[in-house]
Amino acid sequence: MYKKIILLLGFILLPSLVQAQLRIFACEPEWAALSMELGGDKVSIYQATSAFQDPHHIEARPSLIAKMRRADLLVCTGVGLEEAWLPLIIRRASNGKVLEGQPGHFMAALQVSRLDIPINVDRKHGDVHPQGNPHVHLDPNRLLKIANDLSKRLVAIDADNKAYYLQRLESFSTKWRSQIANWEKLAKPLQGIDVVVYHKDWLYLFEWLKINVVATIEPKPGITPSAGYLTIMKQQLLQKPAAMVVFARYQNDKASRWLSEKMKYPLVELPYTVGGNKESSSLTKLFDSTIQLLLRALKEKDQKQ
Amino acid sequence: MFLRIYSGILLLGLSVSHVFADNKISSNQFNPAISVILNGSYTQFTNDPDNYSISGFALAEETGPGEEGFSLGESELNISANVDDLFYGHITVALTPENSVEVEEAYFETLGLGDGLTIKGGRFFSGIGYLNQHHAHSWDFVDQPLAYKAMLGGQLSDDGLQVRWLAPTDTYLEFGIEGLRGDGFPAGNAANDGKGTMTVFTHIGGDINQSQSWSAGLSFISAEADARETGSPAETFTGDSEMLILDIIWKWAPEGNIKQENLKLQAEYFSRDEEGLYAGNNYDASQSGYYLQAVYQFKPKWRVGLRYDALSADDPGVAFAGTALDTLGHDPERWSAMIDWSRSEFSRLRLQYNIDDSNPDQDSQFYVQYTMSLGAHGAHRY
Repeated sequence: MYKKIILLLGFILLPSLVQAQLRIFACEPEWAALSMELGGDKVSIYQATSAFQDPHHIEARPSLIAKMRRADLLVCTGVGLEEAWLPLIIRRASNGKVLEGQPGHFMAALQVSRLDIPINVDRKHGDVHPQGNPHVHLDPNRLLKIANDLSKRLVAIDADNKAYYLQRLESFSTKWRSQIANWEKLAKPLQGIDVVVYHKDWLYLFEWLKINVVATIEPKPGITPSAGYLTIMKQQLLQKPAAMVVFARYQNDKASRWLSEKMKYPLVELPYTVGGNKESSSLTKLFDSTIQLLLRALKEKDQKQ
Repeated sequence: MFLRIYSGILLLGLSVSHVFADNKISSNQFNPAISVILNGSYTQFTNDPDNYSISGFALAEETGPGEEGFSLGESELNISANVDDLFYGHITVALTPENSVEVEEAYFETLGLGDGLTIKGGRFFSGIGYLNQHHAHSWDFVDQPLAYKAMLGGQLSDDGLQVRWLAPTDTYLEFGIEGLRGDGFPAGNAANDGKGTMTVFTHIGGDINQSQSWSAGLSFISAEADARETGSPAETFTGDSEMLILDIIWKWAPEGNIKQENLKLQAEYFSRDEEGLYAGNNYDASQSGYYLQAVYQFKPKWRVGLRYDALSADDPGVAFAGTALDTLGHDPERWSAMIDWSRSEFSRLRLQYNIDDSNPDQDSQFYVQYTMSLGAHGAHRY
């Protein structure tokens, strides 16, 4: 009888004993995807949010706290993107490994230089981030730097698998660098075009692709536009026309749709992150799809004229 | 020699964490997060709030409907920071419109103690129930449910120690136990040599799917009162008060994206037994109550809410006729409806209307309330 109990206990405990996988808590889909590329089968990843959710506004709910409790490594954006929910989850999860300052606390945006660092920080300017714009993942060059740093962190936490992580970084970097060259060639027609965006998500993408933002639909970051404001914006665009209106899958499309109809601009819904549309099932495909959608909108606009 | 080994390991640990920790650029990173909450209201009641009562219940202070006309509410100062790598500290000071200072919370809490354990000490809102740990500025209504007003004096806050444990499971499962001084209602005057209240609680929760999440809890309070005074003229209670609270919450947002649209349903059920000496007579009776609440954000910045409160107290007997415990044959009940508009997550304007049958004289209560938060504002609890 006791033998059976011990056998059963062993059977139940065996998976957790054998599972030497590093547990990663990835705040957003882009970091879950990057962790998968760099960690392979040595990591088990929990993705906290999906491409359909606004990462600024997430409930600090029980399921996230429970998952944070057992995480070995936290991979998030930082720079204030998750400040409305992440610090509370970290505190309530009672997990010393992922506290700020620990090796298990990795904030991607802090690894790279950032744009749009405000001269003064005042809430009257809306939801500004004192440390700069956090949406760093859409510049593939910055993503490569983050990949290097994340890989180093994996090695620091899980030294036993160092050779494996280095090999995965090597193959990701080689593939990624050649893809950047391809994307830049493909996206050449987009250089210098003017676009209207809903929110300042695209700063890093457009810096890389050399696209200009002539107007932002949100009057201030985080503030939804009123009908009056949109009318004023329409007037301004008559003087300074744009090629298209760009918004993210997770954002409400009403204002963007209204403006595109009124101005007869192509409306472009971009995935923004992995999983944002059917095609964007990986980081590579995310950039493929994004560039394709922008090129298609440009052709649409050119055909209209 | 051990000192050498220890400092060697410490240095190694420090150097490792320096190399592999994130780049910090701000020079004021040690400043605590400071925020101030301002709130005030304009109200209109049909009945005089000074005559407020909840039939069958002895009420603590500040459990009435509020001031009539224009009034400033409590201004709140919140300061929090990591103390060091093991401790976190927080203080909430309420500055009342009558110009007194109340320390609502002042506690330390451990960080990453290990094995899912957290210890909290000082003055804090007890971990019982669901709404008890929510600060006033994050409430969905201007006021607390009747069950909280009647049985917890608004919110249970007391001095003491809390130990809680988060289980290493995929479903959120937490257990907690508290030893408290016994000053917070329903206890009174730090009975049992300043160890007058004990609580035990458990909370469980998880996601149903991408759009729905839930949480439930069961809490138990054992409180001792030593000449606890309520009402005017004062009535005194000395004895034991035991409470059971059941809470359940369900939240929905399309694709889990709360920014656009979301719905929250919540309910809590209270059951209390009190035994002892009340206003000089032997007293042994039970009360119970619950509330149901729904809050729906139908578009960004706009929410509506509906709440129903119901309470019931045992008839304590003819000895208590004329005291606060006299039920007058009336079961308290109330309906509340609210609509609020938030320009951002830092400001809110709210309109609320209550049909209050707390006592046999029905009261209509109308509120316009503003809540503004300045400074570094922490995240809100689920």
